Amino acid sequence: MATWQPDPSFYPSPRMAAQAPAERLAYVAAFDPDRKKPDAIAVVDVDPGSADYSRIVGQVGMPNIGDELHHFGWNACSSCLCPNAPHPHMERRYLVVPGLRSSRLHIIDTRPDPRNPKIIKVIEPEEIARKAGYSRLHTIHCGPEGIYVNALGNAEGKRPGGIFLLDPESFDVLGQWELHRGPQELAYDFWWHLGQDTMVTSEWGTPDTFESGLVPEILLGGKYGRRLHFWDLHKRRHLQEIDFGEEYQLVFELRPAHDPTKAYGFVGCVISLKDLSSSIWTWYRDGDKWAVKKIIDIPAEPADPADLPPLLKGFKAVPPLVTDIDLSMDDRFLYVSCWGTGEMLQYDVSDPVSPKLTGKVRIGGIVSRAPHPKAANGALNGGPQMVEISRDGKRVYFTNSLYGAIDPQFYPDGIDGWMVKLDVAENGGIQFDERFFIDWPKGHRPHQVRLEGGDCSSDSYCYP
Amino acid sequence: MTEISPWLVLAGLGAFHGANPAMGWLFAVALGLHRQSRRVMWLSLVPIAVGHAASIAAVVVAVVTLGLVMDRRVLDALAGTALLGWAAYYALYGHRHRVRVGMRTGMVGLGLWSFLMATGHGAGLMLIPVIIPLCLPTSPAQGASAMDIAPVSLAAVAVHTGAMLAVTAAVAGLVHEWLGLAFLRRGWINLDLIWIAALAVTGLLLIL
Repeated sequence: MATWQPDPSFYPSPRMAAQAPAERLAYVAAFDPDRKKPDAIAVVDVDPGSADYSRIVGQVGMPNIGDELHHFGWNACSSCLCPNAPHPHMERRYLVVPGLRSSRLHIIDTRPDPRNPKIIKVIEPEEIARKAGYSRLHTIHCGPEGIYVNALGNAEGKRPGGIFLLDPESFDVLGQWELHRGPQELAYDFWWHLGQDTMVTSEWGTPDTFESGLVPEILLGGKYGRRLHFWDLHKRRHLQEIDFGEEYQLVFELRPAHDPTKAYGFVGCVISLKDLSSSIWTWYRDGDKWAVKKIIDIPAEPADPADLPPLLKGFKAVPPLVTDIDLSMDDRFLYVSCWGTGEMLQYDVSDPVSPKLTGKVRIGGIVSRAPHPKAANGALNGGPQMVEISRDGKRVYFTNSLYGAIDPQFYPDGIDGWMVKLDVAENGGIQFDERFFIDWPKGHRPHQVRLEGGDCSSDSYCYP
Repeated sequence: MTEISPWLVLAGLGAFHGANPAMGWLFAVALGLHRQSRRVMWLSLVPIAVGHAASIAAVVVAVVTLGLVMDRRVLDALAGTALLGWAAYYALYGHRHRVRVGMRTGMVGLGLWSFLMATGHGAGLMLIPVIIPLCLPTSPAQGASAMDIAPVSLAAVAVHTGAMLAVTAAVAGLVHEWLGLAFLRRGWINLDLIWIAALAVTGLLLIL
């Protein structure tokens, strides 16, 4: 499997990666919320010059049903070029696709025909439980010691969740990542600052508190996760915990600055128990510790209880439900998905503690049901959710489903899947590409998007 | 066959090691870029060279010690087997090492990193076919004492490390000052494959 030269999609720095050619294909996780037919990775044509633009051109089905495919990733990426752990002679070729509900891991080969990927290996949950002690696989990142997979539950589906390592060549499960866990118990997302030797992890809850949907008593009782954890990436030790406080629940997606010399990043908090607002926080280096600062508050929108699902009627408001964020390769624009209100927001975060709103669009939403120029079916449901940015920052893609068991709590009449694309203006500002709307085939809902050759949440870099 | 001076071979292998990005010049450049300091880049070369020299010296000491008590043919066969084994191990599991040192490392950590990288890659093993005849002229080296062998052994490590440091410094300086890192994308050829081949060939030479 060793190659003579590094994969052409590896870039030493984010600055160089931003010059990469435009993606022509996107891979999209699609799952069946009814768990009756197998989930799939769909291949979407995103080349504006192609006759199949904005169409699903290929698909690979999973061998089982009920996986709930989630945040998948590549076997290798730009971090292979790091000077302290160089292993650059690999191919970015295999998608590592976790089932959040099944705890099964699929290795999918995107070559020789990237439109017709094939499953080459399936790692069963029993093996992962035995070798790593984890279940409910959530997010994948390629990194210095191979492929990192995080899991929301332990082998019994209880706490603690954590991270395990996968060999990037044989795809053998190597074992648990943590050598010293400290106080960390809950898991959600993870990523790192390669320039700071620091891992960051966030918190949701244990599988029994979300697999049948959010539990109102647990949410209103403030029992879901509300902390960030900082770790020594190489010693694999817990270093510091930051508690956002009783008011805040569900600390989700982590977006560290791509430039490895910048010691800050952004994280979204889904809901404030005080006023249903969502918030964006910046973590940053403060002396020899990490600190956080809330930089954006996104308020709930008042609404007629008649338009609201049972869960929200009493509140007479739509929460924004910021459930995904993504940072452009130049660390300039932060995209914020408001799955409840149906807004996609773009902030200029050149100054990471002083953001400026530079663009917004609305589509779907619990109350607004905003349409898309190319959508034939009028009012759309679901809202902006998993968001991905092209490496050059000119295109933004997103889908509308959050999680099978939670979708009907906020969209009781069901979610009809869609995928859309935004065009980004040079100095900020976003608008829909009127030619790009995928009315997702019934029976599946789309979730995470990965772009051919890498995107803004797939790679990490060792050089500025 | 014309004899190439063993000193030239030691220096040549030093240059080969120095040119490999995995042996340190790339780390030095990265640290210089991270800390925006040319001084840090040049200073980094010191622990990189010290770590490399320590790894080489460990192998030389082991070989010479064995050579004092062991028949030359046995020593050759043993060393050859070790080299072949290392090549096989490296080909299979070379990618699977723990990463112990990161971008915030100090100079001690960098020295440790260089020692581990040189040792893990079998840098010292590659020198054995030169070290044996150079440091152990008689076989077994009966009568020879450690005192007789020490100066030439030390000189061997010094010549190798000197050449390695010179090339490391030259490449690091060139990349930091002029080339930039973009060339890595296509120019970083798989030296590990050449390295494995070199280990295997060296091992075979010793055994045959």
